[in-house]
Amino acid sequence: MTEQLGKRILRKEDPALLSGRGRYADDLPVAVGTLHAHVVRSPHAHAEILGINTAKALAHDGVWTVITGQDVRKLSDPFLTAIKTPVQQWALAVERVRYVGEPVALIVAESRYLAEDAAELIEIEYEPLEAVLDPIAACQKSAPLLHPQAETNQVSVRDFSYGDPDAAFARADRRIAMTVPFHRLSFTPIECYVVVAHYNPAKGSYDVLANFQGPFSIHPVMARALRVPGSKLRLRIPPDSGGSFGIKLSVFPYVVLMALAAKITGRPVKWVEDRIEHLVAASSGPNRVTEIEAAVDKDGRVLGLKLDQLEDYGAFLRAPMPGPLYRMHGAVTGAYDIAHVAVTNRVVLTNKMPASLIRGFGGPQLYLALERLMHRIAVELKLDPLEVIKRNLIGAPKFPYRAAAGALYDSGDYLGAVTETTGGGRLDELKRRRAAARKDGRLYGIGFAAVVEPAMSNMGYLSTLLTAQARDKAGPKNGAVSMATVNVDPLGAISVTADVTVQGQSAETVLAQIVAGELGLEPGDVTVVLEMDTAKDQWSIAAGTYSSRFASGTAVAAHMAAVQMRDKLKAIGAKQLNVLPDDVELAGGKIRSRTNPDNALPFGRVAGTSHWSPVMLPQDMAPALSETGVWSPPELEPPAHDDRINTSLTYGFIFDMCGVEIDPVSYAVRVDRYVTMHDAGRLMNPMVAEGQIRGAFAQGVAAALYEEFIYNEEGAFLTGTFADYLVPTVAEIPEVEILHMESPSPFTPLGAKGLAEGNCMSTPACIANAIADALSVRDVILPATPRRIHALLRPPQAEKAGKP
Amino acid sequence: MKPRPFDYVQPETAEEAVALLADYGDEARILAGGQSLVPMLNLRLIEPAVLIDISRLAAFGAIHDHGDYIEIGAAVTQNTLLAWRELKLKLPLLAAALPFVGHFQTRNKGTVCGSIAHADPSAELPLALAVLGGAVVLRSKRGERVVAAEAFQQDMLTTAREPDELVAAVRFPAIEGKGVAFNEVARRHGDFAMVAVAAIADRRGAVMLGVGGMAGRPMVRAVDGDAAGAVREWAEELEGYEDLHASAALRRDLLCNLAPRVIEEAKQCAA
Repeated sequence: MTEQLGKRILRKEDPALLSGRGRYADDLPVAVGTLHAHVVRSPHAHAEILGINTAKALAHDGVWTVITGQDVRKLSDPFLTAIKTPVQQWALAVERVRYVGEPVALIVAESRYLAEDAAELIEIEYEPLEAVLDPIAACQKSAPLLHPQAETNQVSVRDFSYGDPDAAFARADRRIAMTVPFHRLSFTPIECYVVVAHYNPAKGSYDVLANFQGPFSIHPVMARALRVPGSKLRLRIPPDSGGSFGIKLSVFPYVVLMALAAKITGRPVKWVEDRIEHLVAASSGPNRVTEIEAAVDKDGRVLGLKLDQLEDYGAFLRAPMPGPLYRMHGAVTGAYDIAHVAVTNRVVLTNKMPASLIRGFGGPQLYLALERLMHRIAVELKLDPLEVIKRNLIGAPKFPYRAAAGALYDSGDYLGAVTETTGGGRLDELKRRRAAARKDGRLYGIGFAAVVEPAMSNMGYLSTLLTAQARDKAGPKNGAVSMATVNVDPLGAISVTADVTVQGQSAETVLAQIVAGELGLEPGDVTVVLEMDTAKDQWSIAAGTYSSRFASGTAVAAHMAAVQMRDKLKAIGAKQLNVLPDDVELAGGKIRSRTNPDNALPFGRVAGTSHWSPVMLPQDMAPALSETGVWSPPELEPPAHDDRINTSLTYGFIFDMCGVEIDPVSYAVRVDRYVTMHDAGRLMNPMVAEGQIRGAFAQGVAAALYEEFIYNEEGAFLTGTFADYLVPTVAEIPEVEILHMESPSPFTPLGAKGLAEGNCMSTPACIANAIADALSVRDVILPATPRRIHALLRPPQAEKAGKP
Repeated sequence: MKPRPFDYVQPETAEEAVALLADYGDEARILAGGQSLVPMLNLRLIEPAVLIDISRLAAFGAIHDHGDYIEIGAAVTQNTLLAWRELKLKLPLLAAALPFVGHFQTRNKGTVCGSIAHADPSAELPLALAVLGGAVVLRSKRGERVVAAEAFQQDMLTTAREPDELVAAVRFPAIEGKGVAFNEVARRHGDFAMVAVAAIADRRGAVMLGVGGMAGRPMVRAVDGDAAGAVREWAEELEGYEDLHASAALRRDLLCNLAPRVIEEAKQCAA
């Protein structure tokens, strides 16, 4: 074989994307007669729907139908959810609206313009109800109920205990506690949602194009809502994507809605979400309030940890929520060797848009609390924050390491990574800059964050939210299947399909590297086709692009398929070369004898044999050159009886260090220096890895300093445009120094781990710690906007009375 | 985000444009660069019966140097002005302010007069026009009138323009032998400023200070002597206002932090 992994190979995706030849969902042609839909949305945060009069809208030019919640209730079932509660959600609001922007009606017309004109004619009578926005207030008995039949807004509470946390707290020298909120935000893809739905009445089946990203565990949710078997919901995913970051999962209620519209009208129906709709109602990360407390000895060693995590999922709990609360569960102790842990997980519903998948998925919320606490321990014990981190890190000899809550950390050298990052004069330079700034009276701080980055989720982790008895009753859930197929055509051309959706992670490039390497070819010889069709492609409930599963999952399956194909070609070649299979190698586009390289056949010639002359194949060999690799690692066990759960397959490590200065004119936080060290096991393509790290870093900075969904107390949404919801541009993102270590994972044949979410988890915590250091404050609320920094530095009571 | 139906007219002469305006009045909107107008159309915040597109009218496409002032036609884009070779010499304040206006891409379409006509309280070009003491040329079928900047912009998005008038040109006084400086604080590059400050200083140290983002329109005042004290006093008078990104108190402090630096820079530039 020719080694292709580890090379900085240029992205195969780029020539098309950079020359305007991407094929995005909205670019694909639609059938003649396709209708266009417009969603009418709630202006209220909480209200009863007293009546909807659609007559005038229906009478408008070009309008085919107006669909309301009553129609949806008749024609479909509520979406399946992870928690059994009386909370029901359909594709349109039924009887009540629970957040501003909630879909209330769908107008289907001959053009989007006509549909929007008709929307102004629809008459909806609301009876406003009191709204509750704050997650803590929503837990109080007096709070208005979003779903009265559930009798509470706090729809799930689970207590977990690992080791003996009470004893650890009893013997500790100090207990140090903090309350750490994490805000609501989204990572806004350039491309919004697109759905084109067809209904075939002859077959009773739906055919839907949507820029859905997975996980495909949601396909059954959609099929069930539409009351069809999965085979009658053909879902096609376009070949290119304008970004997702987790957000494109939440297109699924609209897939169902447009499918129903196609059924009702008898015509294909297309809907393209616009930016206003996207910001107000597409998806959001959940906001969380964490009460975190450490039992520590006088040297800053953490003996025990307690977390009470209250997570706010907005108005509904959509599958697969409350994922962010449980995805990190096994790794709740982060990078630290802490044996005794108590965790309370609480899920609350409020009058905000439903929260769902977002890059980082539970990591940012956990690590902001954990890393702020580690920093606080140092401050309270008058120790060096870096020293406190080092004293608590899991030692290198302990790997594979079973964390208290069940995660099986595969490999790493955390202390080595920290030492390398702070070495080379980097930390000294930061300290020099801080000392110089402070001497001038400027506000400058240094922050650190140590983070374990999980990749490839155990499909069973969400069942941790059930009790052990309930799990036993429901049957085991665990594992994660990955699939990829390698085909060789009669002339020796290679094509690859796989169970990932395209959303910018360079899967096309890396899959070509993997397969070409095993077959002795160049990546340019391999065609990768990743548009997906659930009727014809291989997929499992774990399919899709999420939870950084590519490196630890699909890449392995592709490697397995390539090895199977390689061995098959070796056997075929051996017969033709008249040597033993063990003497055959694939290299430089040839299949040849290892000991006598002149005894060689072109790759295509051997491949052709299988197609043109199957009788010439070795005995017992199946013809056809199509090999599928299926990968399901044994480490992903179901939750144990004591609630320990190995939530992911691989666990990378990140250590971040930064210096920030508060701008004396603008009160903006300026990131002066930022260093991020990654150990993601073996790097398959360092250039792609760097791209992923830079992207996650930008979004980490966005979460720390810019992006926030803001509602007022009545539930009005205040960040409905890009003038209010501030996505930083390249001009706002500071430079970052990227370092790597490689501790290959022993649990995957390639040794590679996911790395695309890490800085979404580490960067907000690192910047927050630096701000706390700069301002000598205990509480840092993110995003740390000039408005918030100004309020800290010049508190309002210092103002002249009577000012606005 | 689709507009209501409207008609679109592309007049061939300036006379035809003002004749259309006379016919339609309030029902018409002038389309030049469309950088504010088109989003407002798509959000259905405005509902014009007709758009009169003047972007290709040669009569509005010129930059005229009249010696003591520079007249910029209604169809001149922000990037065209930024690329004008005399800009640094004749209009150094605009050379300093224009890079803060939106982004390169929006400046390719956005016009100088469009920004003045739109009258956002924290926009850079109205501030530059105000501090320079420029004027706006309004044309209608009834004729032409020239309105001083301070009388033109009255409040947030409100101007002295009558419904049958179009902003045909703006006049920026050329200044020689004076120092200028411009700076602003915005959340992101290209955003509307939270607070923007422009200063013109003469060689004796007399300063004309303009500030955007503190009131419904740009405010201008002469500042002598103790700049920091004068700015603090003015900030308290202006009070500022609150929006999502800044409290009034933050706005006042931003002005107090920023203005003395801009004044100093203008003075050094003059010296």
